[in-house]
Formats: sequence, C-alpha cells, structure tokens
Amino acid sequence: MMDTGRLRGATVWRGGGLLALLAAVAIFPLVFTNALLTTIAVDTLIFVGAAAAWNIFSGYSGYISLGNAVFFGCGAYTVGIAARDWQVTGTAVFALLPLAAVVATVVAVPFGLVALRVRRHTFVVVTIAVFFIFQLMAFNFSFTGGTTGVSAPFLLWNPATYNDPFYYLALAIGVATIALSWLIRGSRFGLQLRAIRDDEDRARGLGVRTMRVKLAAFMICAFVTGLLGGLWFYFITQVLPQSGFDPAFDLSVALMAFLGGLGTVSGPVLGAMVLVPAQQYLTEQFTNDYLSQIVLGTLFLGVILLLPRGVIPTASEKIASWRARRSGRPAEHAVTPAVQAAALPGEPTAAGTAGKESAR
Amino acid sequence: MSALLRAEQVSKAFGGVQALSDCTVEVARGSITGLIGPNGSGKTTLFNVITGYERVDAGDVYADDQKITNGRPERAFALGIGRTFQLTRIFPRLTVMENMLVASQHRGSGRWRSPLARAGGQADRRRAMELLDFTGIAGHATALADTLSYGQRKLLELSYVLVADPAIVLLDEPAGGVNPSLIQHIAARIRDLNARGTTFLIVEHNMDFVMGLCDSVTVLDYGTVVASGPPEIIRSNPRVLDAYLGTTEEDDAPAQ
Repeated sequence: MMDTGRLRGATVWRGGGLLALLAAVAIFPLVFTNALLTTIAVDTLIFVGAAAAWNIFSGYSGYISLGNAVFFGCGAYTVGIAARDWQVTGTAVFALLPLAAVVATVVAVPFGLVALRVRRHTFVVVTIAVFFIFQLMAFNFSFTGGTTGVSAPFLLWNPATYNDPFYYLALAIGVATIALSWLIRGSRFGLQLRAIRDDEDRARGLGVRTMRVKLAAFMICAFVTGLLGGLWFYFITQVLPQSGFDPAFDLSVALMAFLGGLGTVSGPVLGAMVLVPAQQYLTEQFTNDYLSQIVLGTLFLGVILLLPRGVIPTASEKIASWRARRSGRPAEHAVTPAVQAAALPGEPTAAGTAGKESAR
Repeated sequence: MSALLRAEQVSKAFGGVQALSDCTVEVARGSITGLIGPNGSGKTTLFNVITGYERVDAGDVYADDQKITNGRPERAFALGIGRTFQLTRIFPRLTVMENMLVASQHRGSGRWRSPLARAGGQADRRRAMELLDFTGIAGHATALADTLSYGQRKLLELSYVLVADPAIVLLDEPAGGVNPSLIQHIAARIRDLNARGTTFLIVEHNMDFVMGLCDSVTVLDYGTVVASGPPEIIRSNPRVLDAYLGTTEEDDAPAQ
C-alpha cells in the first residue's frame, strides 16, 4: 500500500504532466504551420477520439468490435447527404455534426441488439459481417451516391490556417472522450462493464442487467465515432464507400487500443498518437499504400504476440516493481497492476498481479 | 413453516438426458436444507432452473408463493435469491472490493442513482468491508481477485452474494476442495447467518458437513426426489443408502 504522501506526489506529477501535455497540444498548430504536419495532427486526433471511444465499449466490456467503421461511415454519410440534400454550405455545415452522432447512435441500437446476443469470437465475426453489409449498402444505394460517394460543400477558408478549426474540433472531441472514458471507468456503469468482461453470467446473477449495460456502452461508442466520422468527412471533403466504411479503420482503432493497453484510459490515446503518424510516415516512405498496410498488419501480429496486454499496463508494472525493489518493499504491494488485457470475456487471464487497481 | 422456495414438478432435459424429471423440492423459511445425490443427479440443474440460468421444460418455481418460472438471473437476484457456483466464479481482474461493489450496486433500488457516479459510496464500502470481515478475507480487499487462493475465492463468492441481503442463499458445494479447517469456518458462518434469518439450500457431497449443518435433507437421483426429511431419517433410509451412500455410511467419501 502506498503512503499518502507519495500518493499525493504522484497525483501532482500526473496532473502537472497532463496539463503540460494539454498545453503543448493546444499550441501545436500555432508553432507548426506546415500543412502536411497539421494534416497528420488532425488525423491523429480523430483517431485518438475513435480509439478512446472503441475502448469505452470493447476495452471495458471485453467485446472486441471490428465493426466501428459502421458508425464512422454513417456519421460521414449522414452529414454529407444532409448538406447535399438540404443545401447547407459554408461554416454552417458544422451545425450538422450532432446529426452524425445521433444517426450513428440510432444505428447502434439494432446493430447491438443483434450482435450483443453472442459473445467472444462469434461477436467479432458478427460485427465484421454487419460492417460489410453497410459497405455494400453504401455501394449500391442511390442516395449514398454509389461508387462516387458524396462530396462536401467547399469551405472558403484561408488555406494557411485551413486545418486549424478541424484540429481544435478534433482535439475538443478527443479530450471530451478521454474524460468520459475516465469517468466511466471509475463509475458504477464502468464497474458493471468490467464485471461483464470478467464473467458475464456471474454478473447477471448479481443483478447486472447486462444487455442494457452493453448496449449503452455500444451506443456511447457509436455516438463519438459517428461525430468523428462527420468531422473527418468535412476534413477529407469526400466520402466513398471504401473510405467511409474502411476495414482498415476497424483494425486500426482496435490495434491502437491493443498496443497502448486494452481497457486503460490512456492506452488507446497513446496507441493512436504512435500509430497514425507511423502509418503516415510509412505511406510516405514506401509511396505504396499496400506496403504500409502489410507493415501495419505485421505490427498487429507483433503486438498480440509480444505485448498482449499493451504498452501502458506492461510499462506501469515494470516501473512499479522497479520502484518497489529500490525501496526494498515486496513488489507485490506496490504493483499498480494493470488491467490484464487481450483476453476475451471468459477466457483465462494472464498471470495474476496483486496490488491496487487504479484508473489511468 | 411456509416454503420460501418451491420447485414443483420441474422437468428439464438436455438432448436425450433427463436432468430433472417431475422434481419437487421445498425449502422451508429459516431452514438450512441440504440437497444431496450422486454426480449427475440434477442438483446443479435444479439450481440453474431456480436462478434463471436454465429454462424448465415443465413445472414451476415459486419464491415466497410468487411464480418465478423461467425468470432471468437478474430477476432471481432482485427477488432475494443469491447463489454460488460449483466452480467458483468471481471477477478475476477486479479487486476484491470491486467484486463486492458489483453486487452492491442494486441495494436500495428505489432511489435512482446516476450510472456515472463513482462506484461504491461510503455506505456500500463499509457494508462490503463488514462482510469481508465476517467471512475473514478483509485483508485482501485491495488485491486483485485473481490472486486469491481457491478457498478465499469461495469466501469471496459467499461474501458478495450476501451483499444484497438475500432471503435465501443457494450454495453449490461450499466445502468442495476446501481444507477441513476452512470447512469448519464456512459452516460456522452459515450457522451465524441462519441464526439471523437467512435460509440456505446447500448442494454438498461432504456428508459430515451436510448432516451436521442441515435441518432437512432432500436426496435426488436421476432427477427425481428419492427421499426428503431430517438428516437422521435420511441417514437410515434404505433407498438413499442404495442410491447414494452405498451400502455402508463409511463409503461416502466426498466425490470431489
């Protein structure tokens, strides 16, 4: 058990670090005005939010969804179609963003009611199937523009600062999502989700209305992802069936959370901040999108094999045991253990760790 | 004494296996009732049917004269029926305290509580600590449940079932795979709770445990009740000896 003085010290350090990071992120576009750089930054922030949203549902409940592009695409198409059909132009298009979130949330209800009846691997397969249904619909309906997709209304903004509004909007959504994720993790709702991850049937026997809890988390995840889909659409200015409903999106958000630490608050954020720039860099280097995809896929396999619990849980455990060794305490007590990730619900967990569960 | 829990002519088949057939079991209010029988005689299936984990093919289940046939586990819990599992089931990646708080979220359900409120208010945590003290694992409150020994897991499972103040607790082999001193500890806790008004229905293979603790024992064989009554009568019932205990009482070594 940590003594309160050290605990308070850690909190101050953590709070200070967080503020410094936030300040750095806030002034980033003022310092770096290179459009290429800020474009990557906007992409990164969109994925920070999307990975954090994915984690609120999949990370906490253990239901690994590979169909989150459904919400992303629905958000993008919603604002695209709405702006087109209602002839909304200029900055007013941003007023349509809440609609993207609402439509994605509504889509999550039937999606969830079907998919959440099955567990583990079956659930993963069902989410993939639903994803392809949506992509096919986008290809084949006329109101989605078929293969040509939907284009965004032109924004007459100063090219030098064009990316800035997108940057700050994505940042606001990302920060709000991280805050929500942190709030949920320590809440009754979050505890119910984590109980479902560990043993869903046992949770039911203790009065947890599991379907309701799972569906609520799925809808929250859809809300944020849909909102980001809408923002992404205005940023990219066009949505196609294969870019709105992109299988790489499904995999990327999951990979980010796995890399950083499934079920932790900061893990998916770290994952997105590492992977998106890395992905962009690889694309630049190889000037071949497919090659970078192969590298991404290999990385996914590597993470699952070598760091199945993610960077944050593994690292915080290492640090804690190093500290414990230095202060001569038994490691067991100081370990801040980490959420043992990677296991699907009901699967045996990795080696046990003792100590205090703490929200990160 | 009225029956707090009653399964009436319940039948349940899994494919060709008739796990329960026309099974009628009553648990009197305030009693400690034992449920014994050979492996595969339908004891756990009966638990599953009562607590909503399995649906019956025929028959009915009543709790306090209220029909709860084919309800869901959440409903059984809300009606004050708590249960443990034969292979203990806890939440391994939550701390012991968090395990307790999962169950405590539904106490005092009359008042709406924000789902985003921090898990575990002062009252819930105090109550959880009291129960952990009572079962003797309070020292492990901040440990991950995964690190508990098998016996401690049994105690944790018993503890969080008690959080909701259940009227009746169904225990599936509380003494299975547990060392003798812990068996005594568990038996003593059950007696304490029973003295305060909690009713128990206990599946157990350990005959000393069952005969020493229970007011009434029901014997199942092939999904049907073979005998029911006070332990001393059951002990000498020839049908029971034949079905379960073997020819002599000395043979009744615990199966697991």
